[in-house]
Amino acid sequence: MSKTHLELTGVEMAFDTPKGPFVALDNINLKIQKGEFVSLIGHSGCGKSTVLNIVAGLLQATKGGCVLDGHEVNSPGPERAVVFQNHALMPWLTVYENVELAVQQVFRKSMGKQERRDWIHHNLELVNMAHAADKRPGEVSGGMAQRVGIARALAMKPSVLLMDEPFGALDALTRAHLQDSLMEIQQELNNTVIMITHDVDEAVLLSDRIIMMTNGPEATVGEDLYIDLPRPRNRVTLADNPEYVHYRQEVLRFLYEKQRKLEHISPRRSGKPEASEGEQPKARAARA
Amino acid sequence: MTTITSAKKPSQPPRWLGQRFRSLGESLTPGQLAATGRQMLLPLIGILVFVGFWHLAAPQVDTSLGSFPGPAQVWEQSGQLWQEHVNQRERADKFIAMQEERNARILADNPEAEVRIRNYPGAPTFPDQILTSLVTVLAGFIVATAIAVPLGIVVGLNRHFQAAVNPLIQVFKPVSPLAWLPLVTMVVSATYVSDDPMFEKSFLTSMITVTLCSLWPTLINTSVGVAAVNPDLLNVSRVLRLSFWTHVRKVVLPSSVPMIFTGLRVSLGIAWMVLIAAEMLAQSPGLGKFVWDEFQNGSSQSLSRIMVAVLAIGFIGFVLDRVMLLIQRRVAWNE
Repeated sequence: MSKTHLELTGVEMAFDTPKGPFVALDNINLKIQKGEFVSLIGHSGCGKSTVLNIVAGLLQATKGGCVLDGHEVNSPGPERAVVFQNHALMPWLTVYENVELAVQQVFRKSMGKQERRDWIHHNLELVNMAHAADKRPGEVSGGMAQRVGIARALAMKPSVLLMDEPFGALDALTRAHLQDSLMEIQQELNNTVIMITHDVDEAVLLSDRIIMMTNGPEATVGEDLYIDLPRPRNRVTLADNPEYVHYRQEVLRFLYEKQRKLEHISPRRSGKPEASEGEQPKARAARA
Repeated sequence: MTTITSAKKPSQPPRWLGQRFRSLGESLTPGQLAATGRQMLLPLIGILVFVGFWHLAAPQVDTSLGSFPGPAQVWEQSGQLWQEHVNQRERADKFIAMQEERNARILADNPEAEVRIRNYPGAPTFPDQILTSLVTVLAGFIVATAIAVPLGIVVGLNRHFQAAVNPLIQVFKPVSPLAWLPLVTMVVSATYVSDDPMFEKSFLTSMITVTLCSLWPTLINTSVGVAAVNPDLLNVSRVLRLSFWTHVRKVVLPSSVPMIFTGLRVSLGIAWMVLIAAEMLAQSPGLGKFVWDEFQNGSSQSLSRIMVAVLAIGFIGFVLDRVMLLIQRRVAWNE
């Protein structure tokens, strides 16, 4: 195997709460190779976003750490570009200007004016959004805005692309369409991607590897599943593929048998109280 | 690539103008014309009903200066005030012409002579007072904005700073202009001592009072707007490693522009109200002094003239707010 590209070692994340420290993540160990497409899957509140935010540098692990290409991660940076769930485009800038803001910041010194312009245009074409370059985010659909969010992240030439439920807020058809686009782009650029999802089909279809996380608190890596399906993958033909079905079942079994969330099924208040608390620190993490 | 070039900043004002013109053109369709007509009709009815009620009710109210003026008397007095203004201007022009003539004569006799150029000594007319008030309110408002917006940004960005400043804001915000006025007057007369003053002391007193009373809404709204920037956008800024200034310029400021403008509009409204009160109390030139002088004058026309001033004050306040709204539409991205 090639050299480890990104490594998480013994990551623990504890949040201070009025009731004392709340340990969201405990002893997460992960090694990711260059060009791998990794999905993080788990029930809501299990700390998937916290893992992503630690890799992004938006949060600092209380124990352990994250090393990218031999350098410790302790602050955010464009080499770990993030695609946010709700596109997070500046509503007062046009589509072009949103990407420009990123390109300007990252390649101010290394690219000429014309070169930057071409690069912005190239990235908008990559996600099929060049036609709407002059529009504001409010004037395009949610799916289109999310494409621009991806274009902005890709335009930073990140060594790792971090995606926080990038298609979670979209309708099913748009989501399928964007998933296909993302696969094509990934095929072409061979980026390393870490994507958070709670959509089993999305995880199996897109990933080289699925990291399944146990329920919080003290969530950790439960299972690590390699998806050995040939690319390019086609959602329609894969639907009957026995291997695909097997992978899918594997993930479903983990989520709904091994890590079943009790409080969804049992009447209120009889479920594990800690599990419902899991939501809170996650929300805090996102705001931090 | 040309399409991209045109997408950049320079093309924006024309695009905005284009939209304006398009919306003007669209409003000319018959359906929209009817809608506009309906929009105009109801306010018109409201005004007519008010004037009718005023006309009927005014003679019923007796004061020591005669009955309360109805719309007809007020209309007459507004014409009168304008006429006085025109007359005064003519006299002023004559005065200036005579003075120049005299000075020319003196200079012809003795080129070394020192000639005196005096301003026309006549009392300021109603339009003059309006102008004075407008200049004062705008000066006070601009100074208030120049203080409140940067301070609001700092307060909004820094939680510790906010905690330190917040009690001060809460205490000073509800203070009436009348309470500030004596203090401001004394401080201005003590500190602003100059042989050749750039501004009148009365102007400074009114302006500073306006500033002190009108900066709070802008300050509070700016700080709230700055503190409420979408956390995702803040994360984008962190991922991009924007410098502090770029962060403020490209993320914080545009994001809080709508809130800042809400504050500015409230501030301008307060500034205009405060100014009239300050001018009345301090006897500094302006609409407030006009109202006070007429009140002291106590002639049979005084009430009508004060009513003219009341309507003028209201109308100017309305126009000021509209102007701010236009600027807001021009600047804010969410309009």
